[in-house]
Amino acid sequence: MLNIILGAISLGLLWAVMTMGVYITYRLLDIADLSVEGTLVTGAAMGAVWITGGGNPWIGTFMALLAGLLCGLVTGLLHTKLKIPALLSGILTMIALYSVNLRIMGKANITLLQVETVFSPIERLPFMQGLAEQGIITKNVAILLTGLLVVIIVSVFLYWFFGTELGSAIRATGNNQQMVRAQGVNTDTMILLGLMLSNGLVAMSGALIAQNQSYSDVQMGTGSIVIGLASVIIGEVLFGTKSFWRCLLSMSLGAITYRIIIALVLKAGMNANDLKLFTAITVAICLALPQFKAYWQTLKKSMQAPAKGGDGNAPTA
Amino acid sequence: MLQLHNVHKTFNANSVNEKHALNGLNLHLNAGDFATVIGGNGAGKSTMLNAISGVWPIDQGQILIDGENVTKLPEYKRATYLGRVFQDPMLGTATNMEIQENLALALRRGKRRTLRWRITHQERDQYRELLKTLDLGLENRLTSKVGLLSGGQRQALTLLMATLTRPKLLLLDEHTAALDPKTAAKVLEISDRIIAENQLTALMVTQNLRDAIKHGNRLIMLKDGQIILDISGEEKKNLTVENLLAKFAVVAGEELANDRMLLS
Repeated sequence: MLNIILGAISLGLLWAVMTMGVYITYRLLDIADLSVEGTLVTGAAMGAVWITGGGNPWIGTFMALLAGLLCGLVTGLLHTKLKIPALLSGILTMIALYSVNLRIMGKANITLLQVETVFSPIERLPFMQGLAEQGIITKNVAILLTGLLVVIIVSVFLYWFFGTELGSAIRATGNNQQMVRAQGVNTDTMILLGLMLSNGLVAMSGALIAQNQSYSDVQMGTGSIVIGLASVIIGEVLFGTKSFWRCLLSMSLGAITYRIIIALVLKAGMNANDLKLFTAITVAICLALPQFKAYWQTLKKSMQAPAKGGDGNAPTA
Repeated sequence: MLQLHNVHKTFNANSVNEKHALNGLNLHLNAGDFATVIGGNGAGKSTMLNAISGVWPIDQGQILIDGENVTKLPEYKRATYLGRVFQDPMLGTATNMEIQENLALALRRGKRRTLRWRITHQERDQYRELLKTLDLGLENRLTSKVGLLSGGQRQALTLLMATLTRPKLLLLDEHTAALDPKTAAKVLEISDRIIAENQLTALMVTQNLRDAIKHGNRLIMLKDGQIILDISGEEKKNLTVENLLAKFAVVAGEELANDRMLLS
């Protein structure tokens, strides 16, 4: 059980990077960017190709980030310059990337077994031997530590970036484009930057996930936007949004919580094929929570004062 | 300070909904002019302000601000010269951001957004002092989200943001229309004070004739995308609602006669 939870937490940390990317578009820019379904794979593909080619895995992960920036740029240009609605721009990039990803990898999947990944050096640390003797899967510990490091670096960077003049203009663009233009900021540029950053993070996350699962597959992005949204919403609901720090923390914790939930329902015997249906239903319920709440409140009100309403409005004619 | 030369704008050209919103509009505002703008629905009041701010390109004509031709400049570039307050209190500020963050965005109007921290300590003191002048208790709520403010507070804040860096031209587009009478009076009073203190050139669109007469040194009336009345100086000072209506009747009456002649 400990190993299952440990595995879920470490995987959650890798997905946390992706979740922060989704948060940038979905919450800060107020755009549902579907291109991440393709970008995640692009990142995984870039990383896998680089690493199997004998490259340094950290540089490979960084290359994935760069590729992601480029993907975000494409979606951004489709949306801002060609005036294609954001949702459709994302879908176009997503579909286009399917072919691009196959081109990058040269085939539908690349295995990453017996190669040096970003997790390998940490797995070789001396204290790992002791953990292994206690029955703990050392690979999970290595992923946990690496994931934690990456998540901290990304969180600190995002906190800084969205605190600058530029970052604050991007946040304002998601709030009110009219106002931002009136303050002399080119909103197109802000949307471009936000989409690039978001997709960059998603691609980096993809490269890390590929190294974790030891393969990159052209299908691995399917449904990732829903997983990202689920993590964002679970994080916000359970861990709060009081400050920007809190939001970033909530994203990581949301991604981890999502992974733990999935690990537990699988452990409880749910068919793995039903996972995506389960995720979709979870997200739908989370998104509908405000509606449920409002409905519940009106219901409660009408239960409390039915007699009064009936008497007051009794027909006289 | 502002020159509009023969400005034309048609919406939905070549369709049944074709609307000539601006029909060869000419306007010259001197530095320090505070002109109120009145006119019926569809007269082109808001369209004129949108043309000046560059919300969309105009079809024909020229727009000059302080001698510089801005006709071809996109909206965000013209913003350097303009302070704007909109009719909808939601439009002027970023809801999910703090009061001080909104002010900091406005302080950097016309400047490149860099990777420096979005707000400095000195600025905060400056904001607190400025917010105090509004007398709305906002000086102690620098870190409150703007979404928590009332419509009147938001309009007052937007006004402050529009004038934080001195604009060459302040555009007020029915900025009190969505407020209750008492709040509207307060926001108008603040507008008057800020315009006077900074000696701003301003255009204020309003539906309220009394306000149009009471404020500013010049009154402009629009009809069918053209200026049909332009009253300034002593004449503006002595204006009453009655003789403004009389003047309107004279101008509109002539128009009516013209229409009749066309029909016959």
